[in-house]
Amino acid sequence: MEFRGWKMRLYEFEAKEIFKKHQIPVPEGQVVESPEEAREAFLRLKPAVIKSQVLIGGRGKAGGIKFPEDEVQAQRFAEELLSLSVRGYRVRKLLIERRIPIEKELYSGITIDRSEGRPVLLASARGGIEVEEIAREYPQEMIQEGLNIQEGLPSYKSREFARRVGLRGKGLIEGAKIFSTLYQIFTRYDAEIVEINPLVKSFNEDLIALDAKMNIDEEALWKHPEIRQEDEFLSDLEREARKSNLGYVEMDGNIGVIGNGAGLNMTTLDILRYYGGEPANFLEVSGRTYMLAEKAIELVLKRPGVKVVFGNFFGSISRCDVIAEGLAKFIRDGKLTKPMIVSMRGNGAEEGKRILREVKVEVYEDDQEAGKRVVELAKSFV
Amino acid sequence: MSILIDRETKVLIQGITGKEGMFHTRLMIEYGTQVVAGVTPGKYGENVLGIPVYDTVIEALENHAINASGIFVPARYAKDAAFEAIDAGIKLVVILTEGIPIHDTMKIKAFAKEKGTRVIGPNTPGLVTVDQCKIGLLNTDHVMPGDVGVISRSGTLTTEITASLVKEGVGQSTIVGIGGDSVVGSTIRDILSLFEQDEKTKGIVIVGEIGGTMEEEAAEYAREKMTKPIVAWIAGRHAPEGKRLGHAGAIVEGERGTAESKIKALSQANISIAQVPWEVGELMKKVLL
Repeated sequence: MEFRGWKMRLYEFEAKEIFKKHQIPVPEGQVVESPEEAREAFLRLKPAVIKSQVLIGGRGKAGGIKFPEDEVQAQRFAEELLSLSVRGYRVRKLLIERRIPIEKELYSGITIDRSEGRPVLLASARGGIEVEEIAREYPQEMIQEGLNIQEGLPSYKSREFARRVGLRGKGLIEGAKIFSTLYQIFTRYDAEIVEINPLVKSFNEDLIALDAKMNIDEEALWKHPEIRQEDEFLSDLEREARKSNLGYVEMDGNIGVIGNGAGLNMTTLDILRYYGGEPANFLEVSGRTYMLAEKAIELVLKRPGVKVVFGNFFGSISRCDVIAEGLAKFIRDGKLTKPMIVSMRGNGAEEGKRILREVKVEVYEDDQEAGKRVVELAKSFV
Repeated sequence: MSILIDRETKVLIQGITGKEGMFHTRLMIEYGTQVVAGVTPGKYGENVLGIPVYDTVIEALENHAINASGIFVPARYAKDAAFEAIDAGIKLVVILTEGIPIHDTMKIKAFAKEKGTRVIGPNTPGLVTVDQCKIGLLNTDHVMPGDVGVISRSGTLTTEITASLVKEGVGQSTIVGIGGDSVVGSTIRDILSLFEQDEKTKGIVIVGEIGGTMEEEAAEYAREKMTKPIVAWIAGRHAPEGKRLGHAGAIVEGERGTAESKIKALSQANISIAQVPWEVGELMKKVLL
């Protein structure tokens, strides 16, 4: 499940800094945070484009990219963009970039083929924002080649990929070099994806990365201290949870959820929905964080709209008695502001249930009964 | 009969002197597992619960017959430990460690393939052949011996599902946690084929979850190759939407990965889908008749 190993997304400008460092050509550009800076940068780089820096797709469709005619318009666009939200995420930074005359848009990317457990290189002579549709319609034009991670991406394979996306002469040599470098970046930074879309061929046969996307495996961040360590994509509560290594995702309902293990947690959401309830969040304590139940319950209650809390635990490496002790401490400190219902089985369950009963928590033997009770209770508050 | 491990299996524990390693070694021994040796570099000559500790895997192999290794080494050193076990020729390597970088796992998987080693995990609760052998940390309070094989992507949920089988009097042969990471050594399909070949196993439970395409591939395999009845529970029908890895992820995985896609694929392969987890036991009982 995606909640384990949060993806560390890089901004376009961050990915481009890495590209530049490794000699993948990118347009000349500057990151700005105010309309005045945008004006200055435009004057220096014109003709230039203004691109909102966000960590979510759909930027173009949300109007996050502008092509100003002059510096006055550049400043006004920058002001507009800096108050824009793209699918709920505020734009805080803009990339002002010199415009590149485009002859042709290609696509290239490297990601992880999760079922084969190996890197896969993708390349196509047709790139741009519609690349997924193009790949569906013309699958034969989308190269998808699994790579042996022990052998890497040899130069001869890069040249063959370049030939297959229609590059020739100087373009072929440059394209092959870009594929090889992209692969080096992919392995060097423990990336889950590096993507250039579009990879643009300009009229003088130069190839240039017009856009850049890069995600780094969060579990490998310790190897890369030079990379920003905090995922700015998260909401405030999600970020607070991440600081304690708790997997937390906000949802829209009124039943706060805590469970141990991602699979059991997802099942808990399924059970609540089965009985007609609406979960307010997903919160996983794991083998590494089961001692943080006190913090977990605090987080769950911070979300406005939570009426009831459901704790569903099956003790394994994460022991129920330790979890119960954390919850009980929170209750003894008088911080539990909403009713809580708990189901406990597995390692440490007997002791855990005893601890919770002492602080007057309603405890059940399994989640079938408990889930039903929680939903009834939540509905009684509506 | 069973798959992968049984009462004859002789187990090495890498990282045996660590907190988790030591704690679970004790539980494994109590369950009847033959833990014959441990490895922690620099700790030669010590013993844990009477089990001798060696500096290297080769040294342990010079002194003991070993069929399988359980790795409890911290994430930063786990790749090296797995390579050591694979290189030394151990044919079953179970990686319990959580938080191993995916690139490390891809390298382990490639090396294991080259050497003909079966890897289970990482980030797995491990595996249990009921009343015979356990490698890992699966809770065994809610299992009983029998003829149903269990394949699970989850840890705690596995126990929830075996509890539902026990409630209906349906026992298990081997329970395999394949691990919760996006890349794992053995997939659902790999383990299905082992259960198909195992005479003792009469039916199989798949405990899947959203994300990735493993369930869809298992469904395809089941439709073509499996003769034994299968019941599945897919967690995450109502989980918040997972995040796709850019265009590349969408191109590689297509429309697959959602609960609907998995349930549809599995149903088309004639696999019974539980609507709630506690239904798994009843459904299995029904299909075994």
